[in-house]
Amino acid sequence: MHASAGFLPIIALLPFLGALAPGLVIRAGRNACASFTAIPTALALIMLGFCAPAVFSGEVLTYSVEWLPALGLSVSFFLDGLGLLFAGMILFVGLLITLYARHYLSGEDPMGRFYTYLLLFQGAMVGIVLSDNILLLLIFWELTSLSSFLLIGYWNHLPEGRQGARMALTVTGAGGLAMIGGMLILGDIAGSYKLTDILAAGEAIKASEHYLPALILILIGAFTKSAQFPFHFWLPHAMAAPTPVSAYLHSATMVKAGVFLMARMWPALAGTDAWFYIVGSVGLITMILGALIALFKDDLKALLAFSTVSHLGLLTMLLGFGTEAAAIAAVFHIINHLTFKAALFMTAGIVDHETHTRDIKRLGGLRYLMPITFLIAVVAGLSMAGIPLFNGFLSKELMLEEAAHTSWLGSPYVVPVLATLGALLSVAYSFRFIVHTFLGPVRDDYPHKPHDPNPGMWAAPGFLALLVVLIGIFPQATVGPLVELAATAVVGHELHHWHDLKLWHGVTPALIMSIIAVIGGLLLLTRHGPLDRLWLAARRPEAKRIFDAGLGGAVATSGRLIRGSHDGSLSRYLTIFCATVLVLGLTAAATGGLAPATRPMLPVSPVAVVGFVLLVVGTVGMLFAHRHRFRALIIISVVGLMVSAGFVYLSAPDLALTQISVETVTVMLLLLALHFLPKDTSVESSRITRLFHGGIAVAIGLAVSALTFAFLRRDFSTISDFHLANAKSGGGGTNVVNVILVDFRGYDTFGEIIVLGIAGLTIFALMESLLGGRAARRLRNWIFAHRRSEDRHPLMMVVATRMLLPMAVMVGVYIFLRGHNLPGGGFVAGLVIAIALLMQYMASGFAWAQARQKVEYHALIGFGVVIAGLTGVGAWFFGKPFLTSWFGYVHMPPIEEFELATAALFDLGVFLTVLGAVMLMLYSLSRIARYAGETVNVEAMDYDPSKSADDKESR
Amino acid sequence: MELLVALSVGLLTSAGIYLILRLRSFAVILGMAMLSYAVNVFLFATGRLAVGAPPVLSYAKDVSYTDPLPQALVLTAIVISFGMTAVLVMIALGAYFEAGSDHVATDPEDLDDATP
Repeated sequence: MHASAGFLPIIALLPFLGALAPGLVIRAGRNACASFTAIPTALALIMLGFCAPAVFSGEVLTYSVEWLPALGLSVSFFLDGLGLLFAGMILFVGLLITLYARHYLSGEDPMGRFYTYLLLFQGAMVGIVLSDNILLLLIFWELTSLSSFLLIGYWNHLPEGRQGARMALTVTGAGGLAMIGGMLILGDIAGSYKLTDILAAGEAIKASEHYLPALILILIGAFTKSAQFPFHFWLPHAMAAPTPVSAYLHSATMVKAGVFLMARMWPALAGTDAWFYIVGSVGLITMILGALIALFKDDLKALLAFSTVSHLGLLTMLLGFGTEAAAIAAVFHIINHLTFKAALFMTAGIVDHETHTRDIKRLGGLRYLMPITFLIAVVAGLSMAGIPLFNGFLSKELMLEEAAHTSWLGSPYVVPVLATLGALLSVAYSFRFIVHTFLGPVRDDYPHKPHDPNPGMWAAPGFLALLVVLIGIFPQATVGPLVELAATAVVGHELHHWHDLKLWHGVTPALIMSIIAVIGGLLLLTRHGPLDRLWLAARRPEAKRIFDAGLGGAVATSGRLIRGSHDGSLSRYLTIFCATVLVLGLTAAATGGLAPATRPMLPVSPVAVVGFVLLVVGTVGMLFAHRHRFRALIIISVVGLMVSAGFVYLSAPDLALTQISVETVTVMLLLLALHFLPKDTSVESSRITRLFHGGIAVAIGLAVSALTFAFLRRDFSTISDFHLANAKSGGGGTNVVNVILVDFRGYDTFGEIIVLGIAGLTIFALMESLLGGRAARRLRNWIFAHRRSEDRHPLMMVVATRMLLPMAVMVGVYIFLRGHNLPGGGFVAGLVIAIALLMQYMASGFAWAQARQKVEYHALIGFGVVIAGLTGVGAWFFGKPFLTSWFGYVHMPPIEEFELATAALFDLGVFLTVLGAVMLMLYSLSRIARYAGETVNVEAMDYDPSKSADDKESR
Repeated sequence: MELLVALSVGLLTSAGIYLILRLRSFAVILGMAMLSYAVNVFLFATGRLAVGAPPVLSYAKDVSYTDPLPQALVLTAIVISFGMTAVLVMIALGAYFEAGSDHVATDPEDLDDATP
């Protein structure tokens, strides 16, 4: 690895880091803000400068760090000629734009936000051109779509800005999605997501049967980004952005990303007929269409936008030709277009800034009022028109030369004639930009009195105009080596036909085509007036209207779809969901195979039959009784008991213990809920609906039965032998289930207790928000429909529970302690203690119990999670991974030898969390009850003998 | 025995699904509880059935043990499903207090065919 390769990730990251600064520094003033934007850009540019000599000597710098190796995603950067050219352009123009925007933005615009977005965008762009991993490239690609959305919508008080931003995001985002598909196919063919590997596998890719789909998907991404026909319509609407954004994104950088991608993928994808006809033709159409529309646009920025579309088409067409000379021409034109178009955009921004209008028909004669701006505009405009001595001429010559040698569908005339037509139109709109804005008589009706802006504003375009002239006169001395280097990177091998760039090539077909274009263009401009009226009268398809209609149609269709399926009825969602699951399951069952049954069935004992019958009776009874809610609660507890008994019978004592204690708290919870809810459910769905639901339920039940029976009859492989073998020696416990929970899978358990704790806190938060809102008033006026008991805390129950409490706690502690070796453990112990405490609440009343309760439940949850977590962290201090447990045996007479294990400490955390969460849940529910006017007893027993029988009747 | 367990799981699933398709929140909560049973037993059964072979290590030789891993997973699942039921109950209560009705539908069509 070359020493300077270490700069690559820093170059890509600097703009992102720098993006943090402007938003903060804006408080120190606008100049400080602009400076802090320029600093990271300049630093990155300097580092790129350090890398440049190595690249010029023919090296390719690479830098790679694994990110997600399983997905083939790595943070890999590489720098070759093409990357150097683009990264240099992006950072260099970024600096100029920073300077220009400082003077362009007005005092009311939030400048910190602008520069932050600008740096985000810059970072994403640099990331694209430096990425050596196509997945990483896709990430940066999407980032440019997002950051350009923010920049286009920067003036978010303007509807055009918002609409333009939305349209750009929709079109480029959709293209990005297509490109992800294409890139994945490409990576699949090449067997690697590394760009350098893919470029080397060009032959295999072109021979693959998936070449065409991959090509089309990637091209959709490139075409949308570079505004190629038929996706060209978003670019002019993106001109609602501030002019610095238009100059940066929509002429110099972002729209070139698509061109960059086609150039980057050139060795892998170009050279086939499909490439030539798709890329070449789309480029040709876009070039002519863009130029034609540009000629008739009155808005300066719209004119430039369509001319950009046209020039991007030109670049696409050149890349589509697939020849070496065309690649050279494309690279050269990328540089030239950057210089003159950014200058022109900035000029248009100056005109707009000074005269307060961009409408060509309201302008003219500005050459006397704004001589400096006029000079810049003339230089850049003539370059765009392709007039000799300016750089646009040189690359246009190269383009025409290539076009002259290209035959399309067997015809040698189509491409040269159309290319000349494109050049002709380009001459016409370029001169229109100059003539109609700056020449002609001085008018007296400008919206604002124009004059040249301060030097800060014209410095950037002026510098670019200087470059236009320098490159135009000394092409080889200024950019020749860079063009050669980048073109070599595009084609992927040494250039065979490199000629130094020069001004005069002799009388070639290209020169003749150029002369025709210039004369024709000027003639066309003289006839602009009548043609313009004709154009305005003609019916043209309006892209925005089509786009809006398409979008509206999509919204309406999905709206109908959603209203049909998700209409706010839970029953309907779940019906659709269940039916889908059923269909998918049946399809899978019908298409898959089934191995023969190998496992013998266990004999059925009479006890099991009794349990099964009780379960069936309970479940069926539940269905018939669920409208009587109290009855349903009693029946569901029978079902739960049978499930617990089944766990006991089938060798799962831990599960049985857990199930039975959960059953108890669940029934208490539902009882508390039923305190408020209606006590009966009326019949509401029609008989047909019920039959339909019953049918779905029975079908799924049968399917689940069949599935369960199928796998129960078949043998399986398990990793549990490891757990069984190592539970004692590695985890220090004989209850393997508990050892798995606190040791082997301790990380899972840690997560699960956190979930439980969050559930408890969620319930508490829901309760708090309910009691703070509309529900609270309703609750204050709550009238219970049913007769209440006058003896809420019966004597016998109070006494019995008081007696039971120490015993219940003892049982809980016992279950906790034995958990590591015998059935039990933190989960069960937590539930048992919770039940013991709940009994006190139920028997003796809330206030009495609450007064004797010293620890907050929230704190219990917190302590539990922290203790479990600290136990895990403790392992670090012994150089072990998180949650490695330790155990040892301590002999302490007169007690027998006993075991100390850190796992017990972890289990303590589990215990506390479970206890806290369960108590917090029930506490929250009971708090609602007290809010609803439930009187709170001060004493444990509050029998009210004063209530007469009449009172009871009246309630 | 396998057949009994398979039928139990199917039965619990059917009952659960029928109940969650009802129109009142309480029935839906009961249905979710039934579905939790079904899913827990289903997961437990993936370790296959064994009688008299709890996964508690014994010093005796030649003792067979059932698969402990599904049991460990189901144990936490039981506790978590309690937490889920509790959250559901709270949401149902909240909806009832706010809306004054324990319907789980807002569609007038579904309410139209209500025949109390």
